[in-house]
Amino acid sequence: MKKTIITVVGTDKVGIIAKVCNYLAENNVNILDISQTIVQGYFNMMMVVNAEESPKDLSVLSKELSEVGDEIGVLIRLQHEDIFKMMHRI
Amino acid sequence: MVDIKEVIETNRMIDDMNLDVRTITMGISLLDCVGGDLGSTCDRIYKKITESAKDLVKVGNEIGEEYGVPIVNKRISVTPIALVGGSVCKTSDDFVEIAKTLDKAAETCGVNFIGGYSALVSKGMTAADELLIRSLPKALATTKLVCSSVNVGSTKTGIDMDAVRLIGEMIKETAELTKDDSCMGCAKFVVFCNAPDDNPFMAGAFHGVTEADKIINVGVSGPGVVRAALTKVRGKSFEVLCETIKKTAFKITRVGQLVAQDAAKRLDVPFGIIDLSLAPTPAIGDSVGEILEEIGLEYAGAPGTTAALALLNDQVKKGGVMASSYVGGLSGAFIPVSEDQRMIDAVEAGALTLEKLEAMTCVCSVGLDMIAIPGDTKATTISGIIADEMALGMVNQKTTAVRIIPAIGKGVGDRLDFGGLLGYAPVMPVNTFSCDAFIGRTGRIPAPIHSFKN
Repeated sequence: MKKTIITVVGTDKVGIIAKVCNYLAENNVNILDISQTIVQGYFNMMMVVNAEESPKDLSVLSKELSEVGDEIGVLIRLQHEDIFKMMHRI
Repeated sequence: MVDIKEVIETNRMIDDMNLDVRTITMGISLLDCVGGDLGSTCDRIYKKITESAKDLVKVGNEIGEEYGVPIVNKRISVTPIALVGGSVCKTSDDFVEIAKTLDKAAETCGVNFIGGYSALVSKGMTAADELLIRSLPKALATTKLVCSSVNVGSTKTGIDMDAVRLIGEMIKETAELTKDDSCMGCAKFVVFCNAPDDNPFMAGAFHGVTEADKIINVGVSGPGVVRAALTKVRGKSFEVLCETIKKTAFKITRVGQLVAQDAAKRLDVPFGIIDLSLAPTPAIGDSVGEILEEIGLEYAGAPGTTAALALLNDQVKKGGVMASSYVGGLSGAFIPVSEDQRMIDAVEAGALTLEKLEAMTCVCSVGLDMIAIPGDTKATTISGIIADEMALGMVNQKTTAVRIIPAIGKGVGDRLDFGGLLGYAPVMPVNTFSCDAFIGRTGRIPAPIHSFKN
């Protein structure tokens, strides 16, 4: 299974997770794990998801998620997990 | 499972520290395009390049999007054209026709440079080599995307001083022909000693004759990431400093390795090498000069600079080598002047001179790079500067290079503005004492002895 990482960075407010999860549910993206932390006053959330069953390509999901982020004033990014595994694991 | 702290660290490198993959370069052999007449050779060259690299830009952009890391340049390198055009080019203008074909092919593929308008003349020039070198001013002035290089020396063969003399004249002529465009022709030309066959970086990329038919080479970068990591170890020992650079270089190179493997798979072209270089850009914070400052120098060029750079270059290699099975190309810290804001600042502050840069090139990759000199500098002086730099490479068994731009109509204190990734260059003073009689000698400098090392 190819895992994809979604990150959300911005000022904390009500409904960020709801909004992102709604979008993922609508597009048949399964959430495997969620974690969040505050770094230098910014809300950071990471989701590990499986987007293989989604009817949409990763590039489309990435663009639409970024638009969802624009609506609620946070930065949302979708990346293949390999970049993190390669960089931080031997 | 991926950890959120690691994810945040990676994305901060990309967002705030200019981490990127500098280039995916596809090497393409053109040896099978030779034959017939000039017209049909050009047709075959155009066809092979545009078919081989038709998906290069698209795949590069896709990979960049999927991993969320910018892949700044997509480029092509080809077999040195002096070898390809040898049998069909009877004049320098014939070679210019091939240059125009390369330019057109690069434009069709959407890449931002094509390298390999080159000749390998470390021991002597064939008629074709000389025709290509003599075509350089016109070829570089009439094309936009073509980059050129000439290898004039090596540790095993010595230095071809006839070529060095001729190239000094051609550099001046190229600057004259492109003087209305910031002498841009010279920014697309580099002269080498010990040129590698698999370098993905311009202007010196070419697809060596030792290579397979096609290959994917990737150049990584990330001076901003190294500098940011070093801000956390100010005042600490050399051991801590070195460890920090090594770890950072490892992380940067792993991203390049991932991108290279993926690009090779998607394009169905073998993966060649990762070039683990610290390649600066004019962007604030993306500077090798700033790393040297962070190591503890007021400006690049201050006493201690050569030692600091030697340390940096070595640690980058030590960290990077572990991150990739195949490391090649130039691999090291680049110290171009125009493409690095803090190097420009160092020159303008009077801290960094041409002579200090020459010393620095003894311990790093690659050479005197993107340096503007007064427009009235004599061709023999340019040849003298090249000969000095080539000698450093020859004796020290390393790649050295010169990319120097006579700023026609300008003098010390003026600037040449190239725009984009090439930045701007303050015109640097040059030692004006004559080397005419030295450069006027014919023949070559013999290869150095490989024993009795001192």
